[in-house]
Amino acid sequence: MYIKLAGGTVYDPVHGINAEKRDIYIHDGQITRKPNPDVRIDKTYDLGGKVVMAGAIDIHTHIGGGKVNIARLMLPEDHQKDPVKKTALTRAGCGHAAPTTMTTGYRYAEMGYTACFEPAMLPINARQAHMEMADIPMVDKGAYALLGSDDFFLRMLAANKGREAISDYVSWIINATQAIGIKVVNPGGISAFKFNQRKLNLDDKNSYYNVSPRQVLKSLASAVRELGVPHPLHVHGCNLGVAGNDQTTLDTIQAADGLPMHLTHIQFHSYGTEGDRKFSSGAARLAEAINENHNISVDVGQILFGQTVTASGDTMMQYEGHWHAHPKKWVIMDIECDAGCGVVPFKYRDKNYVNALQWAIGLEMFLLVNDPWRIFLTTDHPNGAPFTTYPHLIRLLMDRSFRNDMLSTINKDAAAASILGSIDREYTLYEIAIMTRAAPARSLGLRNRGHLGSGAAADIAVYDDLKNREKMFAKPCYVFKDGELVVEKGKVCKVINGGTHTLKPGYDKTIEKTLKRYFDDYQTVKLNNFRIEDDEILEYGNSSLIEQPCL
Amino acid sequence: MNTEPAKKRPAISREVTCPYCSLLCDDLVVQNSAGTLTVEENGCHLASQGFATATVNSTPRIRGKTVSLDEAIDESARILKRSKLPLITGLGTDVAGVRAALELAEKSGAIVDHMHNHGIVKNSLVLQDLGWIMTTMSEIRNRADLIIFAGTDAGNYPRFYERVIHNDKSLFKTNVRNRDIIYIGDELDPRAGKNKAGKRPTVINCKPENIGEVFSVIHTMIVGDQLDTDVIHGIKLKTLVDLAERMKQASYGVIVWAPGELNIPHAELTIQNFCEVIKYLTRKTRFAGFSLGGNDGGTTAMNVSAWQSGYPLRISYHKGYPEYDPHIYSTNNVLKNRRVDAMLWVSSISTDIRPPRADIPSIILANPQTRIGYRPDVFIPVGTPGVDHKGHMFRTDSVVSLPLKQLRESVLPSVARVLRNTLDNM
Repeated sequence: MYIKLAGGTVYDPVHGINAEKRDIYIHDGQITRKPNPDVRIDKTYDLGGKVVMAGAIDIHTHIGGGKVNIARLMLPEDHQKDPVKKTALTRAGCGHAAPTTMTTGYRYAEMGYTACFEPAMLPINARQAHMEMADIPMVDKGAYALLGSDDFFLRMLAANKGREAISDYVSWIINATQAIGIKVVNPGGISAFKFNQRKLNLDDKNSYYNVSPRQVLKSLASAVRELGVPHPLHVHGCNLGVAGNDQTTLDTIQAADGLPMHLTHIQFHSYGTEGDRKFSSGAARLAEAINENHNISVDVGQILFGQTVTASGDTMMQYEGHWHAHPKKWVIMDIECDAGCGVVPFKYRDKNYVNALQWAIGLEMFLLVNDPWRIFLTTDHPNGAPFTTYPHLIRLLMDRSFRNDMLSTINKDAAAASILGSIDREYTLYEIAIMTRAAPARSLGLRNRGHLGSGAAADIAVYDDLKNREKMFAKPCYVFKDGELVVEKGKVCKVINGGTHTLKPGYDKTIEKTLKRYFDDYQTVKLNNFRIEDDEILEYGNSSLIEQPCL
Repeated sequence: MNTEPAKKRPAISREVTCPYCSLLCDDLVVQNSAGTLTVEENGCHLASQGFATATVNSTPRIRGKTVSLDEAIDESARILKRSKLPLITGLGTDVAGVRAALELAEKSGAIVDHMHNHGIVKNSLVLQDLGWIMTTMSEIRNRADLIIFAGTDAGNYPRFYERVIHNDKSLFKTNVRNRDIIYIGDELDPRAGKNKAGKRPTVINCKPENIGEVFSVIHTMIVGDQLDTDVIHGIKLKTLVDLAERMKQASYGVIVWAPGELNIPHAELTIQNFCEVIKYLTRKTRFAGFSLGGNDGGTTAMNVSAWQSGYPLRISYHKGYPEYDPHIYSTNNVLKNRRVDAMLWVSSISTDIRPPRADIPSIILANPQTRIGYRPDVFIPVGTPGVDHKGHMFRTDSVVSLPLKQLRESVLPSVARVLRNTLDNM
C-alpha cells in the first residue's frame, strides 16, 4: 500500500529541508522514494499549505514507573477534575498532572508525538515501568536506567574497581532493564540521604562511600561513552532547586571535562543568589557555558503556572521541597539499595516571585542557548507542568508579543529581575522541528526516526499553518505512526501499540558472577528474576522491541 | 534419543516465585512429579500448601451443569451485558488478569474492588491525606537498626524474619545482628523477634484500638513536650519515654504494620499516627514505614488500577469514566445495599477464600479447589499464576514486581484468557 502526502510544506532539519513544498511517500510503514509512475497510489492526502514534520519525540517525560504511579494514587482530587470517558475507540482514564497510561498515549499522539522516553527508571522497578508503558498506546517508548546511588555501583567506585568493570556493570544494567540510556540523579545523593546527609555538593563526599558526585559523574559518563551508548549520560545534577545552584551547574559542565553529557531540566539548576530575595536567574551565564561547550546538551524543564505534581528520584531534594507541598501531602521512598523516589504535589503561582522567576528562567534558557540541536523542549512532565502544555510553550518560544503579554502578568519583581523582556528571539518552525524531532532522535541514536528521508519510519505529524502556534500544535490535522493514520483533526482515529526502543551494548559475562553473589547476599530478589527478558517486553503488550545500534 | 524416561523424571524448577503471599519469595526450588508440585527448598507452610494444591479435573458449569469453556464464557458475557451495574471483585490474579478485568469493567460499566481492599484502603487513605515515608525489603535487610512491629507480628508472612531481619550480612556497618526490635500491640507473638545476637525484643502490650494513641504519646515525647500522666492504657510513660529516645537514636528505624490486621474502626488514623511520627523523626534522623499486605494480587491490582484508572480500586466505570469512592464502592457495601445486579468474582491464588454469596447472577472464576458454598450461575475453573501459567505480580512494598513461572502442564485457562474471551463476546 502506497500513501502520498502531497504538496505539504516540509520541515526536515536532518536533510536541511526548511519549509519546502514536497511530496512524501509511505510504503509498508516507512517513508520511501517517489515510486515508479506505474505504481498505484492507494491514498493521497492533499497537504497544500500545511506544515509537515516528523513525529515529535519527548526526551524526558515521567510517564511510567513507581513514582508516577504513586503520584496517581496520591491525587484523586486532581483526577476528578479531568475524567476521560471511554469512546468506541479509546479507553477511559483521567488526565492532567498524573494522567493514566492510556490517556497519556492518546494525548501525546493528539499533539503529534510519536515517541516518549521515561527518564528515571529505577533498575529494580524497571519491570513495572515497562508494564505501565506497555499500556501507553499510540507512541513508541523507551527508558533510561537510573544509576549512581545504587550500592553495587558505589561499592565498585569506592573500591576503585577499574573502568572496565564499571562499564560491564553499566552495560549489564542496560541489558537487564531493557533501557536505552543511563540517567544519574543527584549523583550519589540518593544514597547519601539514606545515611542522613541532607546536602551534597559536587565535591562533597558520600559519608559512607567517601566518593563525590564529581567522581560518580565522571565514572558513569566515561562508561556510557566507552559502551557506545548514543545518548550521553543523562544528568540530573546536585542541588536541584537551591538558590546558587547555577555555580554547581557550571562546575558540573567543567567536571564533564569534554565528555558528552546531557543536563536535564536545567531550569531547576539555573538559580543565582543575587537581589534582595537572594534568588535570581543564572540562565545567561549558563547559556553562555552551554554555547561554548559542545559536549553539553540540555533540556529545559520549563515550569508553567498551575497545579501539578513533582516526581523525582532525588529523595534528598524532594524531602527539602516537601515544605512547599500543595496540597500538603508528600511521599518519600527509599528503594532496595538501588535508589529512591519523592513525590510532592506543587502549585506554581504566577504572582509568586520565585515561581514567576522560574518561569522566566526557563524561557531565558530556551532563548539564550543558540543551538537548537542541543536544547530540547521539555517541562520535565509533570514536574514543571503537564506535557499537555507543550503547545502553549511552543507559542511562548515562537511569538514574542505573546510572550511579552504573559510576562506583563507575572509577579512584577520577577519580571523586572528577568532579562526576558529584552530578548527578541522567536523560534522558527525549523528550529521547533529540530528541538522536538531531529535533535532528540539524534541524541538518543534512534535509527530512522526524527526525519522524513527515505527509510525513516513513517512517524509524521501534519499541522495547519496557524498564526496562533498554540492552536496549531495542539491539534494536528493528521498524525501517522509507522505509516498508519492514527490521529485526524487532533483526535485519535486508530489505536495502535508502539514499540519499545532498547540498546544491547556488550559486556564481559563474568560480571554476572559478582552480581549473583551480591544479589544472593544482600538483595531480596534473585538476579535471574531481576533481569527482564526480551519476550517479557512483548508479553506486556508492546508491539515490538526495537533494538537500536550502539555507536 | 528416547525421551520417555525424561518425561517421567520429576522436573525441578529453581528460583521460583511464590504467589501465596505478598512477600513473593523468588528463591523456591519446586519439584514437579507428574503434575504434583512439592517445594523442595526455601518454602514456608503457605508455599508448601499452595504448591501442593493438585490439579483436579474440573469443568466449567452453568448453574451446576457441566458445559464447555466457550459456553461458560458466552453465558458470562450474557450476564454482564444484561447487567445495569455489575460488580467485578475478588481480583485474586496477576497483572494480565487485572488488566483484562479492568477492560471488562470499563466495557460493562462495572464497579471494581479487590477481596483484600478493606486492608489496602486504610493505607490509601493515609497516602491521599498526608502522605508518608516508606521503605522496601532490601533496605530493611541492610540498614534497619530499629524495627517496631505495630499491631502485627508479621506471622502471616512466614519468611519475613528470615529474609529481612535475621540476616547476618549487611552492605553497611549496620550491626544487623543486634537490631533493636519492638512489638506494640495485643496478642502478638514476639518469639521470632529475638535478634541474631540473642537479645529479646521489647514488648509493649496494648489493645489494637489504643495503638494510635500510644504512638501519639511517643510522638509527643519525641517532640519534647510533657504529659500530665504516668500511665497510658496500662503502659508506664517511662517505657514510652525510653522507646522515644531509642527511636531518636536510631540511624534507620522502621515501623512495620499490616493494614489488614488492624481491624479497628479508626485504622487509617492509627496508620497516620505511625506515618506522622516517622516524618517528624526524619527531620533529624532516618526513619521509614513498611506495610505488609496485598496478598492474592492485592498490591498488583492496586498498581494496575492506578495506572489504568488513576485510582487504587473501589472504582466505578458506570458513567464511562472511572469514579473513585473507597467506601461506597466496597464489595460489602454494594452487595449489602443491592447497588449491583450481577457479580463476577475472581480468585485464582488462595483456595481458602470463599466468594461472597449474593442474590444476583454470579460468575465465579476460581481455582477448582475453592469451596464456593453455593451454586453460582457460572463457574469457570482457572489456573493459578506461577503454577499453571506464567505471569507477573507486585510485592507487598509495591516497588518490586516479579515474573511467575509456569511449573506444570495445565488444562486450566488463565484468568486473563477467560476475561479476554468474555470481552470478545461482549
